[in-house]
Amino acid sequence: MSKFSIITRGLVKENPTFVLVLGMCPTLATTTSAMNGLEMGLATMFVLILSNIVISLIAPVVPDKVHIPVYIVVIATFVTVLQLLMQAYVPQVYATLGLFIPLIVVNCIVLGRAEAFAGKNGALDSALDGIGIGIGFTLSLTVIGVVREILGSGSVFGWKFIAGDGILAFVMAPGAFLVMGYLMVLFNKLAKK
Amino acid sequence: MEYFLIIISAIFVNNIVLAQFLGVCPFLGVSSRLSTATGMSGAVCFVITLATVVTYLLNTYLLVPLGLEFLQTISFILVIAALVQMVEIVLKKTSPSLYAALGIFLPLITTNCAVLGVAITVVSKEFSFGGAPHLMNLGEATVYALATSLGYGLAMILFAGMREHLAGNDVPKAFKGLPIAFITVGIMAMAFLGFSGIV
Repeated sequence: MSKFSIITRGLVKENPTFVLVLGMCPTLATTTSAMNGLEMGLATMFVLILSNIVISLIAPVVPDKVHIPVYIVVIATFVTVLQLLMQAYVPQVYATLGLFIPLIVVNCIVLGRAEAFAGKNGALDSALDGIGIGIGFTLSLTVIGVVREILGSGSVFGWKFIAGDGILAFVMAPGAFLVMGYLMVLFNKLAKK
Repeated sequence: MEYFLIIISAIFVNNIVLAQFLGVCPFLGVSSRLSTATGMSGAVCFVITLATVVTYLLNTYLLVPLGLEFLQTISFILVIAALVQMVEIVLKKTSPSLYAALGIFLPLITTNCAVLGVAITVVSKEFSFGGAPHLMNLGEATVYALATSLGYGLAMILFAGMREHLAGNDVPKAFKGLPIAFITVGIMAMAFLGFSGIV
């Protein structure tokens, strides 16, 4: 497989959100606005790339029986690094995303890629896989965020272009599920063609 | 009275799936049949309550006195993973029938973000149940964890009931499977919004 296709695969064919349907909790919870979705995607991408690299390097020497706990410790380490970095440099973002930053540990995408790709491939390929899936995840979250922000508050990335309050339900919990459902329908339609 | 408020708010008003978006993956994954949904709810209930008590004690008596709060994420996930393994082993030995009922769901629970989510919430978020905002004590944390997991079970069993009906219906092709499930959960979440303002 060419290096380029490793990256592009994560965008459509193996899109983590709309095709694999993994990591739903942060996807639904943090996409109240386009900016929040983008930030959550980037935070996950950071952990995904670094944990993929480290796991691909240590996988050959990890005994098969304990590989899952070892992977989880590696992932949890990078999540802690991310938490400390965010608290230091972007405390505002850290406060908005809240609980969902530590919960990257149990994001099935990260462990899923470690198990399905990084454990069996070299460091460079794994890094590229992390970038591809990370971009796919970030884009999906941003799209959901854009739709919810337009419907819920009439703005995009904070730029307000529809006067009034918008449909509050789309910023709240039900809107997340509804937008996700309808975007999946759209994705199914477009991807099948 | 305070415990009563915690229970109502955790089950209905701040339902863990429908309002807080925790544990959505297993919620969608195992809710296609009512019987599996019930089994999973039981297992989650058990693990969330146990894990919250253990991680609460770990945090209060070890991490905070030693100033190691930054190890919360990594130590909590290890405790949860170990706990799930232990529960599995103990159940296998002592109650084979319960093990047979919950068995296949237990390993899945380690990666259920509801468990880690509740464990982190009770030690970091300040709550005010009628009084001044304060961090939860052990009793409140236990009740909160139990009620939250009951809320999880309630949402999952209700949803599984609806999904069994959905399976037999003629749904447009692009909506088949998960998309229609998401839309159904959305409508369910809207219904649960009606509970907000009670507490």
